[in-house]
Amino acid sequence: MTRIDAKFAALKAEGKKAFVAYVMAGDPDFDRSLELVRGLPGAGVDVIELGLPFTDPMADGPTIQLAGQRALETGMTLDRTLELARLFRQGDDETPIVMMGYYNPIYSRGVDRFLEQAKAAGIDGLIIVDLPPEEDDELCLPAQKAGLNFIRLATPTTDDKRLPKVLQNTSGFVYYVSITGITGAAEAEATDVGPEVARIKAATDLPVIVGFGINTPEKSRTIASVADGAVVGSAIVGRIGSGAPVAEVLDFVKSLADAAHSA
Amino acid sequence: MNDLFNSFMSGPDEQGRFGIFGGRFVSETLMPLILSLEEEYDRAKDDPSFWAEMEDLWTHYVGRPSPLYYAERLTQHLGGAKVYLKRDELNHTGAHKINNVLGQIILARRMGKTRIIAETGAGQHGVATATVCAKFGLKCVVYMGAHDVERQAPNVFRMRLLGAEVIPVTSGRGTLKDAMNDALRDWVTNVRDTFYCIGTVAGPHPYPAMVRDFQSIIGKEAKEQMMAAEGRLPDTIIAAIGGGSNAMGLFHPFLDDKEVRIIGVEAGGKGVNEKMEHCASLTGGRPGVLHGNRTYLLQDDDGQILEGYSISAGLDYPGIGPEHSWLHEVGRAEYVAITDAEALEAFQLCCATEGIIPALEPCHALAHVMKIVPDLPADHIICMNMCGRGDKDVQTVAKHLGFDMSDTEGRRAG
Repeated sequence: MTRIDAKFAALKAEGKKAFVAYVMAGDPDFDRSLELVRGLPGAGVDVIELGLPFTDPMADGPTIQLAGQRALETGMTLDRTLELARLFRQGDDETPIVMMGYYNPIYSRGVDRFLEQAKAAGIDGLIIVDLPPEEDDELCLPAQKAGLNFIRLATPTTDDKRLPKVLQNTSGFVYYVSITGITGAAEAEATDVGPEVARIKAATDLPVIVGFGINTPEKSRTIASVADGAVVGSAIVGRIGSGAPVAEVLDFVKSLADAAHSA
Repeated sequence: MNDLFNSFMSGPDEQGRFGIFGGRFVSETLMPLILSLEEEYDRAKDDPSFWAEMEDLWTHYVGRPSPLYYAERLTQHLGGAKVYLKRDELNHTGAHKINNVLGQIILARRMGKTRIIAETGAGQHGVATATVCAKFGLKCVVYMGAHDVERQAPNVFRMRLLGAEVIPVTSGRGTLKDAMNDALRDWVTNVRDTFYCIGTVAGPHPYPAMVRDFQSIIGKEAKEQMMAAEGRLPDTIIAAIGGGSNAMGLFHPFLDDKEVRIIGVEAGGKGVNEKMEHCASLTGGRPGVLHGNRTYLLQDDDGQILEGYSISAGLDYPGIGPEHSWLHEVGRAEYVAITDAEALEAFQLCCATEGIIPALEPCHALAHVMKIVPDLPADHIICMNMCGRGDKDVQTVAKHLGFDMSDTEGRRAG
């Protein structure tokens, strides 16, 4: 059982929804990023999604693109991202960390070596946007074998015929992308999301968490209420981008987490 | 052993791979779209009415077949092998790009898509897409790096005249790869009515194979025309490579003619060195995953993608089609690099000896022809793809040669 499995089992026992926060590793710089990540559990974050910076984030909108650029400009690398996770892990052995990003930096490192290093750094799961089930041999299967969860995205274009294929090698949780589009663009609507989550839950026992298009505490609550939890990324990252101090960002995160937990 | 098993023409496999290259590295949202495109293409490929429509448009709209032209004065000047040019620069819209665009737009129409998006670097693929969309009354949106919008102003105006919306891309560094990122972002947002018309033999399967098939008309014609002119196949075929679609189009029909030497010419920019001031993915890059496929990429030690550099905006891309990566690794084709300076020299020689103003992209191929021809015997035949005309590049060339275009006396400035 990974930290992710343990966390969702505990939330289920409490009857609580999960709140997942996305931040870009190294944004705006390594020290403030570490301070922010260390503050997330205290602000009520159940699972941390740690963005791995990449020059060409094809599924992300401008907010997260800029965050990645800021991080890369301060010298962020795969090694430094793992280092950030490792430092966080020294003071927190419970909160799961999911690394989210694109395949090339991992492929460039070498899959086996990466998995070993990620595991040692205390990473619990991976969301790699450009690895659909058709490419499972690349990283998904080796990651599961190494004891890391591989969390798959399901989307509004994943029809019933395709859903089993998407769920087949998924573990930890299912990340439902609420909209067709990029991060930080359109708004998720609970009326659209609810039936889709129900459709996925009918096909799997894994928790279904919804992300993309959630940017306010109200949205966090309404979306969490029709799923097992909500993810917020761009709205948090945007505040970091506009220069808000870490404490202020954490206050905002807390308002989102409280809202999701009240659902 | 049956020769079919040794064919270089059978790829890609069912996973869209050429060896380890290619594949379908896209987000889940796009996956169903790519699968339905593959299905539709597989149907069209075997449908005579699809090819009949292509033939008709190639003949009457594009002006195919393009001539195979014996460059006599160039041959005499270089004093060695006999040089033929495949004249794809004479196509409607001035380059090979339209061969592929027609195929994809006909497919889009078969699929009931009403909105076409495209990325463009130099603007040639954008102009070709805008042209065919105008012909069929389809909405057209072209993503173009803000930097390229500036340096290719005439093509931007052309696209707008043709009714396309041109969106300058400021994300990343505002070049071709960023335009491709933004086109993918558009597609993932507008999945239901939109068709993404990719301009080169890259992207997720089935694009590399599909674009190659559409461009293969170049090589098929060249083969027949060479048989008619010389009664035999050429000894060497040669083409410039950015993403590699004109080259793949020329090369593919010759892949199993093992006596034919195949050379791809990458953009060496200011020289293939550690400063990465070039776009030679095969010569100076290593395998990675970007824009839906595994292929050779310009990247740093951490797997971050680097910006290429070339005098030619059409070659300014940090990747290359996956089939080229495979042909490189199995050794069926050779890949070399040519610098900006060498390409500029070829540009001038072509103008002066043949009365053809070439695009800067094929000037890279021509520069390599200039290098190898003098050492080859007179009975050696070379076929080079002249894939685009140079009207769009006149200003760039003037600037690099130090000509002041406002000086009507023709004096050299600077």
